[in-house]
Amino acid sequence: MQKKMAYSFPDEVLEHVFSFIQSDKDRNAVSAVCKSWYEIERWCRRKVFIGNCYAVSPTMVIKRFPEVRSIELKGKPHFADFNLVPDGWGGYVLPWIVEMAGAYPWLEEIRLKRMVVTDESLELIAKSFKNFKVLVLFSCEGFSTDGLAAIAAGCKNLRELDLRESEVDDMSGHWLTHFPETCTSLVSLNISCLGSDEVSFSALERLVGRCPNLRSLRLNRAVTIDKIANILRHAPQLVDFGTGNYATELRPDVLANLTGAFSSCKKLKSLSGFWDVVPAYLPALYSVCSRLTSLNLSYATIQSPEIIKLVSRCPSLQRLLVLDYIEDSGLEALASSCKDLQELRVFPSDPFGVEPNVSLTEQGLVAVSLGCPKLQSVLYFCRRMTNAALVTIAQNCPNFTRFRLCIIEPKTADYLTLEPLDIGFGAIVEHCKDLRRLSLSGLLTDRVFEYIGTYAKKLEMLSVAFAGNSDLGLHHVLSGCESLRKLEIRDCPFGDKALLANAAKLETMRSLWMSSCTVSFGACKLLGQTVPRLNVEVIDEIEPPGSRPESFPVDKLYIYRSVSGPRFDMPPFVWTMDEERKILHSEFRHLL
Amino acid sequence: MEGGLVLLGGGSSGVSTNESAVLSKVEVVSEAESELELGLGLSLGGGGGGATGKTKAANSSWGECGRILTAKDFPSVVSQRSNNGGPFSGTKRAAESVSHESGSPSVVGWPPIRSYRMNSLVNQAKAQRGDEGDSGVVEKDKPKDALKKKLNSNGKQTTVNEKGHLGFVKVNIDGIPIGRKVDLNAHSSYESLAQALEDMFLRSANSLEKEPLALSKLLDGSSEFVLTYEDKEGDWMLVGDVPWRMFVSSVRRLRIMRTSEANGLAPRFNESNERQKSKPI
Repeated sequence: MQKKMAYSFPDEVLEHVFSFIQSDKDRNAVSAVCKSWYEIERWCRRKVFIGNCYAVSPTMVIKRFPEVRSIELKGKPHFADFNLVPDGWGGYVLPWIVEMAGAYPWLEEIRLKRMVVTDESLELIAKSFKNFKVLVLFSCEGFSTDGLAAIAAGCKNLRELDLRESEVDDMSGHWLTHFPETCTSLVSLNISCLGSDEVSFSALERLVGRCPNLRSLRLNRAVTIDKIANILRHAPQLVDFGTGNYATELRPDVLANLTGAFSSCKKLKSLSGFWDVVPAYLPALYSVCSRLTSLNLSYATIQSPEIIKLVSRCPSLQRLLVLDYIEDSGLEALASSCKDLQELRVFPSDPFGVEPNVSLTEQGLVAVSLGCPKLQSVLYFCRRMTNAALVTIAQNCPNFTRFRLCIIEPKTADYLTLEPLDIGFGAIVEHCKDLRRLSLSGLLTDRVFEYIGTYAKKLEMLSVAFAGNSDLGLHHVLSGCESLRKLEIRDCPFGDKALLANAAKLETMRSLWMSSCTVSFGACKLLGQTVPRLNVEVIDEIEPPGSRPESFPVDKLYIYRSVSGPRFDMPPFVWTMDEERKILHSEFRHLL
Repeated sequence: MEGGLVLLGGGSSGVSTNESAVLSKVEVVSEAESELELGLGLSLGGGGGGATGKTKAANSSWGECGRILTAKDFPSVVSQRSNNGGPFSGTKRAAESVSHESGSPSVVGWPPIRSYRMNSLVNQAKAQRGDEGDSGVVEKDKPKDALKKKLNSNGKQTTVNEKGHLGFVKVNIDGIPIGRKVDLNAHSSYESLAQALEDMFLRSANSLEKEPLALSKLLDGSSEFVLTYEDKEGDWMLVGDVPWRMFVSSVRRLRIMRTSEANGLAPRFNESNERQKSKPI
């Protein structure tokens, strides 16, 4: 009976059903049910996410999913954000574009993070995909405004161009003029990362004026405050707006104009930008505040009283990014005004100063945890912390999904008890059962890893620096954290033992980064040679690891699972351990 | 042996035995497992199969294995790699001998703030100090003092670092399409910068013997390459003419050019050699 039903169920129906299944996880599950479902599913998968561009080759992706319309790729390891990955490491998108140009003529969306994108890649995109709509380059580099001009000119139906936090080479200020007059399709434009001379303002104004569907616009720093009003009047339908710099000597006419412009934006819910803020212009925003759900003041050097004035007018605020100028007093005001707050990020205004320049302590975070029951995501830079505060925070906020604490001075102990902060972080992982991402800091022993391995069962990403005493710490994490996908470690006394003992675990994770630890070259070779589908890469800019004894620790290590074998685009300072298929050095024989 | 989670091989951690009661009772592991047993084998195959992350404890007990290799095992070599082997062993080698004005050694990538944000902080600090507006922030027709007053309304200093330029500048060398980045903040002199660049570019990373390079070959004109930089105004200049700090605050990017192509740049190095060597940094 069952068998009969399977044959009489047309593929088209199944395909239609599958079209309602959007999440990758579910799609993967569907494809594993049986062979025919695998076949049907792969022909109708439209969206592919590849968390590590070296985990699979373009050829393999195209072979399995021939009808993709949207692709997302990530390149460099996360620690590249902090300059720990040398330039030239890799993450080139061109090979992907080349292959997709042939295979996916109907590709609509490309989203890239931490990849190297050349003008050649951009030109190829503009040429190859007739229906191209969305280009997001998050924290990418390697391209110039020439490449952007090609995109502007070539993509007739462009909806989204988002260059957030990318590095763009300034060649000409007029790439925006390459958008044809017929282009009216833009929905989202984020050029906030561009340097001073790179934007032709009049072209921008005209572009904004002719795109009635524009919902999100983020300007760059060069756009001065008096120009904002004009832009806003062209686009009162905006939902998300990023100002340029927000500073000029106070002129009442400019202020009035700006105030009027903002008040005509009835749908505005998200604001960002605010470089160089002159506080006197902040009242122009007041009309928007009551609707504001997201506010990014993290470049605004305004002091606590001004921040409080603004924030206390935003009862709907869900997301706040701010500098530590907000201080504990500002966070207390936030806690009492913004009961819907879900995400808070507090950045340091003076990260290298030895003495604190502002009064921002653990108290501020405690206050927010108390006052904002929906708080889920925290990134907090501060200079002191206590276990008691962390325990309180954990108890107040059991719903944390992301908790990243950075105590600026490495190995800082609980300032009251002088103990390590093991117990505090232990409380976080114990109470916050849905925690997916955690970053540690302060003085920490192996014990904190014991807690993490015991409790953090849903943890997917862990960042560790200057912590732990021995391999036991690493072993706790690798053996206990069942959901772990990404682990990044720097400057910890973790070596071979834990890594080798948990080698199988590494294949269940996306990647592992270890720098300035004590993993030996010999262990790297062993891993690379014996664990299938694992790429073990050693990075050393000074000299080849093979020129030293095998027991010598490697400088940087990046291990990731891959079904396409070692990559071929490595620079001279990266070695892959798969190539060293020679007999194990005698030093290590006794360990097997 | 008590049936609790025991820290083995832990060493001095200063963990207080007086644990706070707010943590619920930590799971008491059975005696057999409480000695976290780590074999040195790979724990592959068998029950592992890569399907789950759990690895069964292997045979040999922790305490009986060979010592964990730490930095202490390689005293002579490691101390060459890192100045103090302590928390800052992550320091880039070129930066090892540099000490921050703030007192603590310079650690690469710490605190973990994206360079995008760091550079913003720098530009703001510069604007507030009334530096020449290289970031285009300061409106050119407004008096700088008035602007400074507005931005520093509380009189609080928001400078990041008195050294001026924080962050990395791009370096390209003729003949190699992909550039690198160098942290100017890690250097306090032209010699140190030149040495770092030579290490980066002019030595094949794969060669086992290091070519003996004299210091500052890039600066004294005897190499086939010459170090140049683009300043705030977009002009390309030879590196080394101005005091270091002035250079650092005005440099936008670097380029290592072939000497044969470096004609036409302001004073040739060979001629100004004497002047250069006696110039205070």
